[in-house]
Amino acid sequence: MENNKAPVLEVTGLGIDFGGLTAVDNFSLSVYPGEIRGLIGPNGAGKTTVFNMLTKVYEPSRGSIIFDGKDTSKMDVVAMNRAGIARTFQNIRLFSKMTVLDNVKAGMNGRITYGNVAAILRLPGFRKQEKEIKESSMELLKIFGLEESAGLMAGNLPYGAQRRLEMARAMATDPKLLLLDEPAAGMNPQETEELMDMVRSIRDRFGIAILLIEHDMQLVMGICERITVLNYGMILSEGTPSEIQNDPQVIKAYLGD
Amino acid sequence: MKKRSPAVLSFSIVIVLYIIFEVLLKTGNLSSLMISLLIPVCCYMTAAIGLNLNVGISGELNLGQAGFMSIGAFTGICVSGVLASVTGNGVVRLVIAILCGMVIAALFGILIGIPTLKLSGDYLAIVTLAFGEIIKSLVTNMYLGFDVSGLHFSFVQNNVTLEPGGKMLLNGAMGATSTEKIASFTAGAVLVLISLAVVYNLMDSKSGRAIMAARDNRIAASSIGINVTGVKMLAFVTSAALAGAAGALYGLNFSTLVPSKFDFNLSIMILVYVVLGGLGNMTGTIIATTLLVVLPQVLRSLSEYRMLIYAVVLIAIMLITNNEKLKTDFAKTKLVERFRLRRDKGGAGHGE
Ligand SMILES: Nc1ncnc2c1ncn2[C@@H]1O[C@H](COP(=O)(O)OP(=O)(O)OP(=O)(O)O)[C@@H](O)[C@H]1O
Ligand SMILES: [Mg+2]
Repeated sequence: MENNKAPVLEVTGLGIDFGGLTAVDNFSLSVYPGEIRGLIGPNGAGKTTVFNMLTKVYEPSRGSIIFDGKDTSKMDVVAMNRAGIARTFQNIRLFSKMTVLDNVKAGMNGRITYGNVAAILRLPGFRKQEKEIKESSMELLKIFGLEESAGLMAGNLPYGAQRRLEMARAMATDPKLLLLDEPAAGMNPQETEELMDMVRSIRDRFGIAILLIEHDMQLVMGICERITVLNYGMILSEGTPSEIQNDPQVIKAYLGD
Repeated sequence: MKKRSPAVLSFSIVIVLYIIFEVLLKTGNLSSLMISLLIPVCCYMTAAIGLNLNVGISGELNLGQAGFMSIGAFTGICVSGVLASVTGNGVVRLVIAILCGMVIAALFGILIGIPTLKLSGDYLAIVTLAFGEIIKSLVTNMYLGFDVSGLHFSFVQNNVTLEPGGKMLLNGAMGATSTEKIASFTAGAVLVLISLAVVYNLMDSKSGRAIMAARDNRIAASSIGINVTGVKMLAFVTSAALAGAAGALYGLNFSTLVPSKFDFNLSIMILVYVVLGGLGNMTGTIIATTLLVVLPQVLRSLSEYRMLIYAVVLIAIMLITNNEKLKTDFAKTKLVERFRLRRDKGGAGHGE
């Protein structure tokens, strides 16, 4: 796979300092289209910080991010999403006072072309696009098992469903790369199992690359083709699940000395 | 279908109120005091509907709505005054004056919004508070006259000398004097209905979803490609434009209007209509505005009990429109339940 395709994401020497503290340093990573890549590491290793740099929530102090062949150094959060990176958040960030359906519809704003005047006057172009948006949103909700909850307030959903809604909303932006920050956190084993199937099926269906942070080792080892291990802000190891499982350094970092 | 019902309810309330008061007016059953309130109520309502978009839907506190009304009012008065030499048709002048008031207020909105809305936090509240006061002082020092040779303007001191037949449009602290009253109750009702249509249709569209998303979670909104500053700007400028339109109608309802009419108290009063009616709840805004303007006048006859009743009504409105618990309890009562069941059966096919 890696030999005949250009990587969708190519990160080299990425680093960030918070005051005197270097949270992440010399982080390099290539993710290929259609790949499911894992990013693991102990608490505070800098995993979420990497996501925040990849989406420009934090401006990296050094290093480069090439996405889809384009240099992203001048891009902000909005531009990164428009370029094709979508994400979920470790501490869920839904639009809690909006309905489940509207959360997903909001993710589709980028593909809507009608203007405000057309919306205020309810012109045919507005009606047509709104109908299409509603249909594609319902389709996405179905994939994530949320179609029954379409009319509920997002903030009132159970925890597991909120995590799935965040994924649906991210997918609504039609990304090339999806970043998932601990998607299975707080889910029971059965929900986690279903989540793994969902992650695989959206990869197959949309052909996107997925980079996911997860503490649930069964999930990570089960669905990731390759895994990067982060410790104290630096890459400790990289390889296939079986290579990672047998790496003495990784075992040491996880179990402590 | 279900989603549009609050809009239908709002429109119905406004139309019914309009018909009732228009009939009372035409049949001579309104006191002169009530008659004098008809147009101002429409103006406050329009400004409050706009403000609810800004404060309720977009979640930004705005303490300067009176400033935008002031801009609309004095722009409208000047435009109407100048147009008087071109056309005697009051309706045409009124429409043009309202449009001009709206555009100028919106321009000031853009000017204030650009530096302020980039920042998160309560900056807009502080800036709009100052803005309201600044506009009041500016207008208090403006002198504008119009005669055959055109417009004459001076600031701080009145240096305007006019040819015979000319007239002063702005007179410093005295504001506008001898304005021709071309506002009408019908125009007010139409303005309210248009503002409702604009706000409801905007809310139920791409921009409305983006505005609410940016309110609920700024970072998540930008992570799905929403330009947070841009959509907050849209809500703020629309709110300013509606206040400008409301101000123009207001200004053309009085033969004299002083700049100090549009002070901080007025901004707060309109904010109270919005908050009591419920943030994001346009129907609530309409009801709160109507009750809170009309009630004190109606209660006048009850003299000493007046403020007591007023306070009780204030609290009642707040509880009913803002309290989630009360709303759900109310919805749970058998009567409502039964009504809903019947309606759902009748309206099969609309189900979610
Ligand atoms: N905005 C910030 N300011 C200062 N320090 C920060 C900031 N964001 C992250 N850090 C620090 O960077 C380090 C890495 O944090 P990060 O949240 O990326 O860890 P993580 O690997 O995601 O951990 P967890 O598994 O607990 O989610 C921590 O020491 C954290 O305190
Ligand atoms: Mg984290």
